[in-house]
Amino acid sequence: MDINQIQELIRLVSKSKVTEFILKEGDFKLIIRNQAGSESNAAPVVAFPPPQPLMTMAPTPPPPPAAAPATVAPAPAPAATAAAVDANMLTIKSPMVGTFYRSSGPDKAPFVKVGDSVEVGATVCIIEAMKLFNEIESDVKGKIVKVLVEDASPVEYDQPLFIVEPA
Amino acid sequence: MFKKILIANRGEIALRIIRTCKEMGVKSVAIYSTADRDSLHVRFADEAVCIGPPASSESYLNIPRIMAAVEITNADAVHPGYGFLAENANFAEVCKEYGTKFIGPTPDQIRRMGDKITAKETMLAAGVPCIPGSEGLLEDVKTGIKLAKEIGYPVILKATAGGGGKGMRIVWKESEFENQWETARREAKAAFANDGIYMEKFIEEPRHIEIQVAGDQFGKACHLSERDCSIQRRHQKLVEESPSPFMTPELREKMGEAAIKACTAINYEGVGTVEFLVDKYRNFYFMEMNTRIQVEHTVTEEVIDFDLIKEQIKIAAGIPISGKNYFPEMHAIECRINAEDPFNDFRPSPGRITSFHSPKGHGVRVDTHVYGGYTIPPYYDSMIAKLIVRARTRDEAITKMERALDEFIVEGVKTTVPFHQRLMQNADFRKGNFHTGFLNTWDFKNA
Repeated sequence: MDINQIQELIRLVSKSKVTEFILKEGDFKLIIRNQAGSESNAAPVVAFPPPQPLMTMAPTPPPPPAAAPATVAPAPAPAATAAAVDANMLTIKSPMVGTFYRSSGPDKAPFVKVGDSVEVGATVCIIEAMKLFNEIESDVKGKIVKVLVEDASPVEYDQPLFIVEPA
Repeated sequence: MFKKILIANRGEIALRIIRTCKEMGVKSVAIYSTADRDSLHVRFADEAVCIGPPASSESYLNIPRIMAAVEITNADAVHPGYGFLAENANFAEVCKEYGTKFIGPTPDQIRRMGDKITAKETMLAAGVPCIPGSEGLLEDVKTGIKLAKEIGYPVILKATAGGGGKGMRIVWKESEFENQWETARREAKAAFANDGIYMEKFIEEPRHIEIQVAGDQFGKACHLSERDCSIQRRHQKLVEESPSPFMTPELREKMGEAAIKACTAINYEGVGTVEFLVDKYRNFYFMEMNTRIQVEHTVTEEVIDFDLIKEQIKIAAGIPISGKNYFPEMHAIECRINAEDPFNDFRPSPGRITSFHSPKGHGVRVDTHVYGGYTIPPYYDSMIAKLIVRARTRDEAITKMERALDEFIVEGVKTTVPFHQRLMQNADFRKGNFHTGFLNTWDFKNA
């Protein structure tokens, strides 16, 4: 399955009344969901099973095409954010490039879960790069509403990690 | 062959490298700062990683961030492009330690050619002609006069702590020497608090002619002939061409041989450029060696029909070069199109390009990362496109460049297109009558 085929599938699903489309091919699995009750031009949510390398869908030039489908970031896609995020919500973004970990060790509890309250300066996750583990601190105060990145997945600079409802 | 190459650069060169990767079946990873989110290189690469905020120190010059991107994408090679970290021996060293192949020379080769004094020593030992001069500072007038007699007038006295033309004096004959020596010292002391002076032969009507070279991991080296880059403004190249209108087959052979000597002296790995100054008598002198791919590599590609980026990648992957030398079969000229206002002292003109139409047609090549609707960020250099034409003769190439420049429409920002249009019409340029001082004396605004 190449990128053009995936783009074509997304296009077809988004135009149809199909709400969920699942394709399994060996150990590749593609899930495309159309937002229930959404307008026909809303971006469909695309989820890839982890682990996936970071991918940016490349629309053919001349860019930027007006009807570009969701830009895929490491799973799960931040397009989910677009659908779920309220204008009031705050986002904790990654300050660096590396691998995201929810806890300080494989059998340790995660630093934060959905529902937890965080203060400014509270450690929310670890991002590891080149064997160095960096504790990432929250720059906002509030309640964790959503965790956007799966444990042990790659993250890039400025990538949204957590949605926080302000206190 | 590599499976995945991370391009540690941006703009048109990143795109250039990605294109060759695609042709070679190698995956490409683009890195970008938040200011470059909409850049073409991000869209064309197979994968893209945002590594930092706009400032180069936090992104394209930031080794830890770049290595983190190498780590999470599992790139097995890194292409540094030109500028940024391309000639940073430390970065090459870090890549080596990490185990990802730096597409370029070894850290040691970068260091040896990066230091002007070491480079000159290496070249002299290899039998490559260098600008004759004093070795270090001149003790006194007597030593100076003696040396000047050996080197031959004219000579130039230069402040060792100097720059910006201060503390520099040309001496045309022995009777002037003492006077110019005193003036240079006084000026140097006033400007830099250091009156140390050294001397070099003054190259009359110097042309900047460089030789493209390639060396593999097995000790073989070759040259791909010259590019004339004499049209410069404040030491920045604006126009490059091949073959040089000043070249002769004999001179090309001698310069080519010297360039190959420079490579074999250090066992050079990769593609590179040996820059020479050529005086009006066709004596040539080593200036410096650039241990990377250059902006104007495109000119050589057009006259020899060769993919230099592909060659770089092959060399890095341990594939030997043919060992043949290559000679221009056509004539090519490149104009660097910068987002600058040529009528206002070439002031940079970043901003949103509202309309962009680049020239096309037979013998026209445009390497660019911009498009209509793109906003040029103010954080990086101002070059937005390279316009290269190729034709059978130099006259035809100039005519084609004029036609192409007339078709080049960029709205929303100022560009140097009008400057190039006037240059193409200039009589001296058309005759091939120019050296590096050309733009100092040509008042193009009233051309």
